[in-house]
Parts: sequence; structure tokens; C-alpha cells
Amino acid sequence: MRMSRFNIVSLVFGIAFLYLPILIVMIYSFNASKLVTVWGGFSTQWYRGLLANKPLMDAAFVSLRVALASALGATIIGTMAALALRRHRRFVGRGLFAFMLFVPLVLPEIMTGLSLLLLFVALDWDRGFWTITLAHMAFTTSFVAFIVDARLADLDPSYEEAARDLGASPLSAFMRVTLPMILPAIAAGCLLAFTLSLDDLVIASFTSGPGATTLPMRLYGQMRLGVTPEINAASTVLIVSVTLIVIVVAWLTRRHRQA
Amino acid sequence: MKIRPVILIPFLWLALFFLVPLTIVVRLAFSESAQARPPYRPAFAWAEGWPVWLEKAKSLSLGNFEAMLEETLYIDALLSSAGLAATGTALVLLIAYPLAYAIARAPRDRRVLLLTLVVVPFWTSFLIRIYAWIALLKPEGLINYALKSFGLIDAPLPLFGNHLAIVIGIAYSYLPFMVLPLYATLEKLDWSLEEAARDLGATRLRAFWRVTFPQTLRGLIVGILLVFVPALGEFIIPDLLGGSDTLMIGKVMWSEFFGNRDWPMAAALAMLLLCLLAIPLVILRMLEDRRETA
Repeated sequence: MRMSRFNIVSLVFGIAFLYLPILIVMIYSFNASKLVTVWGGFSTQWYRGLLANKPLMDAAFVSLRVALASALGATIIGTMAALALRRHRRFVGRGLFAFMLFVPLVLPEIMTGLSLLLLFVALDWDRGFWTITLAHMAFTTSFVAFIVDARLADLDPSYEEAARDLGASPLSAFMRVTLPMILPAIAAGCLLAFTLSLDDLVIASFTSGPGATTLPMRLYGQMRLGVTPEINAASTVLIVSVTLIVIVVAWLTRRHRQA
Repeated sequence: MKIRPVILIPFLWLALFFLVPLTIVVRLAFSESAQARPPYRPAFAWAEGWPVWLEKAKSLSLGNFEAMLEETLYIDALLSSAGLAATGTALVLLIAYPLAYAIARAPRDRRVLLLTLVVVPFWTSFLIRIYAWIALLKPEGLINYALKSFGLIDAPLPLFGNHLAIVIGIAYSYLPFMVLPLYATLEKLDWSLEEAARDLGATRLRAFWRVTFPQTLRGLIVGILLVFVPALGEFIIPDLLGGSDTLMIGKVMWSEFFGNRDWPMAAALAMLLLCLLAIPLVILRMLEDRRETA
């Protein structure tokens, strides 16, 4: 099928609109000059500056730990929630369960952040690393559940039934038949939770305390002061790492589809 | 009935981290702010129990909501949020529809690649994507610089720190949310219908408008809601791209909370936002139900 000229223009325009701004940030991270519009030659000095910027590196480390811990927790609870919803057609409060699980997907971050902070205040918990982690778990659980639920919906239950008929215990049938089949979705959900946590500014700002500053919080503080090559360099590092994660996810799900 | 941990654990989790916090927001919205830590006087104390709560409910502090009506700031913020979110959604639509259409009409083996290209930027940091536009839009930024060096303008265009910048920011951040549902409906279309219209003498545009477009309405509505709803409560976009005087409800909430430390007011605004968001979500739900029964 040949594409019309209009369609080609739309494609080129749309893709350029999406990529040019990010590409410019990446290109200017190698700019020797501090100015936004002046190209002063190629330089990697800003990347070296990043490594020497202790507050930024500390924040990156906090973000990584939060993302890792919250993604693991969210994956476990989100997978359980998706299983509960798909496997058990009737239980008391199933409607409420589904509501509580999927509303956070569309709730503005600022509301999630505010409400979770108020919870931590009411419980009188010290705010810091663990409150951010719990808050991130709270909002990413829904995303994991959403992805795993979609996979479970396509899954033919007769495989597990066959295993049961052949004498497997419910646990063994699940672990040896169903779990391997939904594993790519669980992994994709886990990585999504990880990147969402890594990226979050608003919820972390509400739920963090002294001593726990995440990378987006640190970057945001600097961005408000203006565009600097150092932020460009930090952004480039983040963009490249997240893109690599996405490629892994795409590869995981693709391999699964071909299998 | 046997209690199953696979249900019970996520249920308790969701109750603690979704339902309870939401209840606290509602409770706080009816409280008065105070010079204390935490900075509010609760309307209901947990220990009092239902009878006392019922008694108190009659003399609730509606002060926050009254203030909201009197102080034009909040109403203005709400209206301007809705206006900006709607304009942003319109711009998204203008870019996303031709894009989704072109992807749907691309050769089959290219479609997945093209769609992936559209989705990948959505995975990179939201904050960075907004930040990228600061460098482009500022008076001394790249767009003004380019226009000036080509001699097209003498003075920099006001692209940054205003409503235009916010609308561009919304369009940029939420584009994939519109492309995906549109593509999903366009992909399933039977193109022979449009060809039949062409054969019967309709112009290309007319065939599209009368035959193809009406069939994509559902994807269109889903896309509009997916963009409009999060854009309405947006904080980062107005804060980084809009000027200091831009009013958006998310930003006002943020400054009530962090700046004025008026937590009850922030909670009341949150409730208002939630009620507003419920409307489009109920519409979406009704559409989904209709599709399931159809």
C-alpha cells in the first residue's frame, strides 16, 4: 500500500514533534558553552561534573533505592490483586476492590500525594525514605495490576485445570503452569512500576521528609532556576537508561508473543 | 467462606493506602486551619465514634467551601484549568488524529514500529520532557533564536511563561494518550467503506468526514478523556512553563499546601477537583458499559 503525501507529512511532523525537544536536550548536554543557544564545541565536562555533584548523586541513589523497593512491593501486591480479581468472580466487596484498584490510574498525582501525606501524618510516621517508598508502592500497584490483569484475561484457564486434573496441587499448578505464562506481564509491570517511581516528582515531594530527596525533586529544584548543561547531562543519562529499560520490556513481551 | 490471602492482602493494602487517605482528605476539607503541627484542627477525631460525628456533622466547618466561593481566586483557577486543559486537548487532537490515521494506513509491518516510536517518549521522564520545552520557548531560547537569525522577527515572540506555553506542554506530554485509542479504532476500520464512498463520487475529504470519521468517535472520546482528565490536575506543566501568575487548580493546591500551609484549603480544593474529574470518568464508564452490552 502506498502512503499518501498527507499521511507522510503527518507522520514526519508528529514524530519530529515528539523527538526534537528531547534530542535538543541530549545534544546540548555535550555543549562546551553554558549558554542555551550558543554552540561552544563538543565537551563531556558536564558529565564529569555530574559525578562530582554530591547532592545530585545522593538523590539519584535515593531514587534508585526507592524505585527498586517500591517496584518489588508493587509487583507482589499488584499481581495478587489481579489474580484475586480474575480468579474470584464473587467475593464480598469485589466492586469496591476493583474501584480501589483502578481509580488510582486516573487520579491526579497531586491528589494521591496529598492524601498519602495526610495518612502518614495521621499515623504519626516519620517522613523519609520509607514513606516515599510506600507512597510509590501505593500508586504503582494499580499499574502492575492493570498489566497483569490484561494478560490473565487472554489466558486460557484450561491449562491450569488440566494440571489439576493430572493431580497437581493448586499451588503447584499455579507455580508450574500459570506463573510461567504470566511472568512476562509481571516483569513488564515491575519495570513500569520502577520507571514510574524513578520519574515521580509530585508524590515524592508530598511524602518525603528531611534527608530523603529524590532525583526528580533535586532536578526540579534546579530546573526552576533555568536551563543548565548539567541538567541536560543528568536528563540524558535518565533518558538513555529508561529507553534501555523500555527496550528490554518490549523484547520480553515480544519474545513471549512469538513463543 | 474461606478467607483467601490472595484477596485479603491486596484488599487491606488498598483500603489502607487508598480508601483511608481519601477519607482523611474529606475529613480535612471540613476542618479549620490552625497554627500548629500538623497545621489544622480536625473536624472529627477518630476516637469519638459515630454518634459524636453525627452531632458534629450538623455544625460542620464549611468555611473552606465558603471561602472558595467568595475568593474568586479558586473559581478563576478552576475555570482557567478547564479552559487550558480543553485547549491543550484540542491541540493534541489536531496533531494526534492525522498521526494515528497515517500509522493505521502505513504498511502492516511498519505499524508496530511507528506506534512504538510514538510511545517511547512517554516513558522518558515527564519532568525532562517539560524541561526540554523551556530551552525551546524562552525569549532567549532556540525557537526565538532561530526565527531571529532567519530575520523573521525583530523582537522575541512571547512563547514562554504564558498560556500558550502551557497548552504546548499539555499537547506534548499527553500526545500518546490520544494516539493510542484513536489508532485502536482506526486499525479495525474496514477501509473498503471509504473506497466505496470515493467510487460513488465523494471527494477524499468528504469520504473521510462522512464515512471514516464517524466510525472513530468512540476512540476519539476515550482519547479526549485520557488527555483532559490528567491535564486538569496538572502541576508540573503550569509551574515550569506557565508564568508566575498562571492559575491552574493543581498549582493553587500546591501553593496552598506548601506555601500557605493551609492544609484544609488544599484538601477542600482536592475534593472539588475530584468531583470535577468524576464527571468525565462516569461518562467513560457509561460508554464502556454500552459497548459491553452492544
